[in-house]
Amino acid sequence: MTDIRYLAPGTLDEAVNAFAAAAGAARILAGGTDLLVQMRAGVVRPGVIVDIKKIAEMTTIEETPEGGFRIGAAVSGARLAEHPRFGKAWPGVLEAVNLIGSKQVQGRASPGGNLCNASPAGDSVPAMIAAGAVVTVQGPHGRRQMPVEAVPAGPGRTNLTPGEILVSFTLPPRPAGSGDAYLRMIPRTEMDIAVVGCGVSLTLEGGKVTAARVGLGAVAPTPLLVGPAAEALIGSRLEEEALAAAAAACSAACRPIDDKRGTIAYRTKVAGVLLRRTAAIAAERAGRA
Amino acid sequence: MAKIHVTTTVNGEPVEFLCEPQQSMLDVLRGPLGLTGSKEGCGSGDCGACSITLDGRLVCSCLMLAVEAEGHEIGTIEGMASGDGLHPLQQKFLEMAALQCGICTPGVLVAAKALLDKNPDPTETEVRFGLAGNLCRCTGYDKIVRAVLETAAEMRGAKAEMPEAVR
Amino acid sequence: MNDMTNKWIGQRTIRPDGAEKVTGRAAYAADTTMPGMIWGKVLRSPHAHAVIRSIDTAKAEALPGVKAVVTHRDLVEFPLDKSVMLGIQDMRWMCRNVMAREKALFHGHPIAAVAATSETIAAEALRLIEVEYEVLPHVIEIDDALKPDAPILHDFLSFEGKPSNIAGKLEHRLGDIEAGFAEADVVIERSFTTRPVHQGYIEPHACLVSVAADGKTTIWSSSQGQFMVRAMTSLLTGIPQSDIRAIPAEIGGGFGGKTIIYLEPLATVLSKKSGRPVKMVMSREEVMRASGPTSGSKSTVKIGATKDGRLVAAQGTFWLQAGALPGSPIRGAAGCGFAPYTIPNVVSTGFDVVSNRSKVAAYRAPGAPIGAYAVECVIDEVAEALGMDPLELRLKNAARQGTKAAHGPVYPRIGFMETIEAALAHPHYKTPLGEAPPGKRRGRGVASGFWFNAGGESSAQVNITEDGNVVVTTGHPDIGGSRASIANITAELLGIDYKRISVLIGDTATIGYSNLTGGSRVLFASAMVVTQSTEKVIASLRERAAKIWKIDPEAVAWEDGEARPVSDNAGRFPPLSLAELAARATETGGPIGAGVQLNTTGAEGGFATHLCDVEVDVDLGIVRVLRYTSFQDVGRAVHPSYVEGQMQGGAAQGIGWALNEEYIYDRQGRVENAGFLDYRMPVCSDLPMLDTVMIEVPNPKHPQGVRGVGEVPLVPPLAAVANAVYDALGKRFYALPMSPPRVLEKLEG
Repeated sequence: MTDIRYLAPGTLDEAVNAFAAAAGAARILAGGTDLLVQMRAGVVRPGVIVDIKKIAEMTTIEETPEGGFRIGAAVSGARLAEHPRFGKAWPGVLEAVNLIGSKQVQGRASPGGNLCNASPAGDSVPAMIAAGAVVTVQGPHGRRQMPVEAVPAGPGRTNLTPGEILVSFTLPPRPAGSGDAYLRMIPRTEMDIAVVGCGVSLTLEGGKVTAARVGLGAVAPTPLLVGPAAEALIGSRLEEEALAAAAAACSAACRPIDDKRGTIAYRTKVAGVLLRRTAAIAAERAGRA
Repeated sequence: MAKIHVTTTVNGEPVEFLCEPQQSMLDVLRGPLGLTGSKEGCGSGDCGACSITLDGRLVCSCLMLAVEAEGHEIGTIEGMASGDGLHPLQQKFLEMAALQCGICTPGVLVAAKALLDKNPDPTETEVRFGLAGNLCRCTGYDKIVRAVLETAAEMRGAKAEMPEAVR
Repeated sequence: MNDMTNKWIGQRTIRPDGAEKVTGRAAYAADTTMPGMIWGKVLRSPHAHAVIRSIDTAKAEALPGVKAVVTHRDLVEFPLDKSVMLGIQDMRWMCRNVMAREKALFHGHPIAAVAATSETIAAEALRLIEVEYEVLPHVIEIDDALKPDAPILHDFLSFEGKPSNIAGKLEHRLGDIEAGFAEADVVIERSFTTRPVHQGYIEPHACLVSVAADGKTTIWSSSQGQFMVRAMTSLLTGIPQSDIRAIPAEIGGGFGGKTIIYLEPLATVLSKKSGRPVKMVMSREEVMRASGPTSGSKSTVKIGATKDGRLVAAQGTFWLQAGALPGSPIRGAAGCGFAPYTIPNVVSTGFDVVSNRSKVAAYRAPGAPIGAYAVECVIDEVAEALGMDPLELRLKNAARQGTKAAHGPVYPRIGFMETIEAALAHPHYKTPLGEAPPGKRRGRGVASGFWFNAGGESSAQVNITEDGNVVVTTGHPDIGGSRASIANITAELLGIDYKRISVLIGDTATIGYSNLTGGSRVLFASAMVVTQSTEKVIASLRERAAKIWKIDPEAVAWEDGEARPVSDNAGRFPPLSLAELAARATETGGPIGAGVQLNTTGAEGGFATHLCDVEVDVDLGIVRVLRYTSFQDVGRAVHPSYVEGQMQGGAAQGIGWALNEEYIYDRQGRVENAGFLDYRMPVCSDLPMLDTVMIEVPNPKHPQGVRGVGEVPLVPPLAAVANAVYDALGKRFYALPMSPPRVLEKLEG
């Protein structure tokens, strides 16, 4: 039996030092909704638990001077939902974050944890990808930024280097006529892991798509940015032809597996179905914006 | 294994306890604190039988480390009834037979109260999604949902009848 | 009683155990502790099928904090050649299920158990136990288990003279099946499969056992029968029943799954060896891996009907998975499927098939939903082929008083036709489905079902307290509100407010033997013994009043909770209340109370008909239930809320079984979804309100007209949902669950 140490540093520098010093034996605790389950199942046995919720930067939501948002990695879904303006700017990201587990889980689970848990099926990730979120990470060698889609490396693995901690997500300013949405397919109405998840962000001008990003989850070892799907939508008025092309691009991007939650054929088909439905909601929101 | 000393508040009362770093809040509630009203149905956040509030926010106590309670306020089923009687939800659950075996009931009640605290006038759909994290295998949820809706209506009515000064 | 205007029977009173349950104070098995208590944990097989070459526990025993280690050598062995039955359970299988002996037979099979001063140390000790396995080929599915070259689980099993995984066969025959089919104008034959599903009780198995220095053993545990716990623990540990006191904790759901034991004998032996009280609590993963679900199945059903809609012949073959040891509910599948109908020629056969899965346990009308799923889907097809309304076809052929059922009985007065008539007349059946939104299709399905119901042994004691109130003790764990119903009945008989009656469940030392909470027997049986006990108490109260008034007891009536002279001729005396008589108990003959113990009989079958509306998302394959109504002959609804609760709970479980619940195994025979995340039971937002229509056709053989109501609600839903999906899509599913990938595959194929 090995002793576990619990640390709750008040600054990011302390957290980075402690995390780096433990050299792989440490785990970051944000909401804990994945970590505690994994510890209980014996999948992980950390020597040190670094609780980052006492670090102000990790737990605040800020509006950036440019008109975007910066969300601390440990902000819970419930707190994000309570922000007076975030949900109006990024309804798709908000609904994705708040599809993670139950109300109970939403009180704790954070987008940072969802990303770093590196499940191919994390709900917030495709929506963050569609939103064009950029993450800030800090490690022993300083800070850096990377696009959110660059973080996952495969199931349970990230591209963060040893000692690096995810600090925050930065979402860009929203031009007029923009909207985003996230839909996932689950067998029940709640409490399941996504069988397929799809995030779409659109900007429309006079009914014409001027910008688009599409993220897909649970169809490959990592959540995907689907460039060809976005390209099929840009310049279109979301006519049937464009939607069919984008849906086909989503299905083509899938590299799924057969598992207890779905089959290859099912996931491939559903990726296209969800693209159409998600794009319709995003467009409707863009029209209203 | 070195234990950690934690100072917290449980159901409004100051509480201190010692715990191991990896112990869950649920383990400490049910063990050293003797508050066995919170139940463990799964230990993975999928059933909601261990639901408590942390600073008023609904969480699964099995998914929270006990050390995280330091300086925060915990609310459990044991704190739901006041000295002079049951909470209206508890009373309504009895009147409408919204429990059978009763193992999920503490968690359902804590979750339902958290729901009504935020939304005093929920629709049936809002109640159903608000309680989706609480598994019940006995009732098919029908009587639970009806009891929550009925309690909400009564609590709104009682509030409306109160003189302005008291509200 | 049946014709009386009731004051308390039929009232929605507050349950006696309610306030404790809504405040978190009710003590379930895992909530009990004792001074000096230590923790037990089980080492489980990582293999689906393996010979256990050796078990070395030395390192575990040497770990500081470990107080005891047990293996199968510490339990009583029941030789394979001699059956020892306790109820329907054979101890040869039970002892091998509780702890593996010759072989590990499924992923999760107990191999050893330890007790230590903390859960952490106990878990560490499990890792130090060295087990040498010889892994054998395993078999999970029925078809694979029946192949000629299949791995044979047990060399002591043979079928038709050959080694086999078929552990048993049961057949019901009625009439002349060939002649019956010859008479038919329409014959439909279909094959079906269902997957194993778990009862899904939210409370994991748990117990606390203390064996004192003199061998006196106390068991607190969550079960559907404290007497079953005592008897099985006694058999498996060799401790006499008189030395075991089994105390029923509040039970957090069972649905049949807690009619056998898993932990109690292990905790008993660990406590005996360590000299300490031992607590054991299963994790959810252990519950899913190692406690019994109900069977997966494959069935073939063939039904013949004449042009005018008479069912003339029916044949069914039902193969049910037993899990690793014999004993699947073939009686329920083969017996209940055709039981709702008057069919003159029937052959119904069940086969019990073993494979490397956890041993099945009872689940709410065991086997019956499997039989009904196949039969009710074929009946739906027969109705379509005949161009008849599916409810009208059922009504035309409905079993009624005098119908001879293939499984044996000739029915007395039953209320099956009434359930169909009520469904036909209900707004649900008359309301159009409404137009589905784009991309979705709607359908409506109906199905019926039957369950035997049971009586059996029951004991009760009714005592009048010194202040004139009432304590009733019965012996069946209350799993869904039976105490509330017993309070209503006692209040009715005594003519007093139900709040003056306390209803308790006794332990094995304080109440007489009572059979399991199972078979929908509890209210049927306990109402009988409580009624007779209360009648004895009333007779005693009348005698005491007669003594005080110095008149003949025959001249004393008991009305509205007091003794009164039957008429002025008997004498003019002010009435004597229960409180007054209780106060004078000592002078009138001593304490007032009576107990009755009976083997109750006359539990007649239960029938139900269900209506289900679904909406199918044709691009995602998701089926949602929009509306659901259950119609059931409930005999007498002693406490209507808890009868409705049984109907609603059964419907919800059936919807889960039909749509999403299933065990998923990997190639090594390990359960891949041993938790509530991927074993997908319905959540609150999955379901609509579940409407109920209680039809009261009193059971003529019961003082209050009670029929069992708990199990038949799970019999019709599988077919009701399947028939609704067919109505929506025009394509039939012959396999459950109808999960989204399967629905989409069918739609595309």
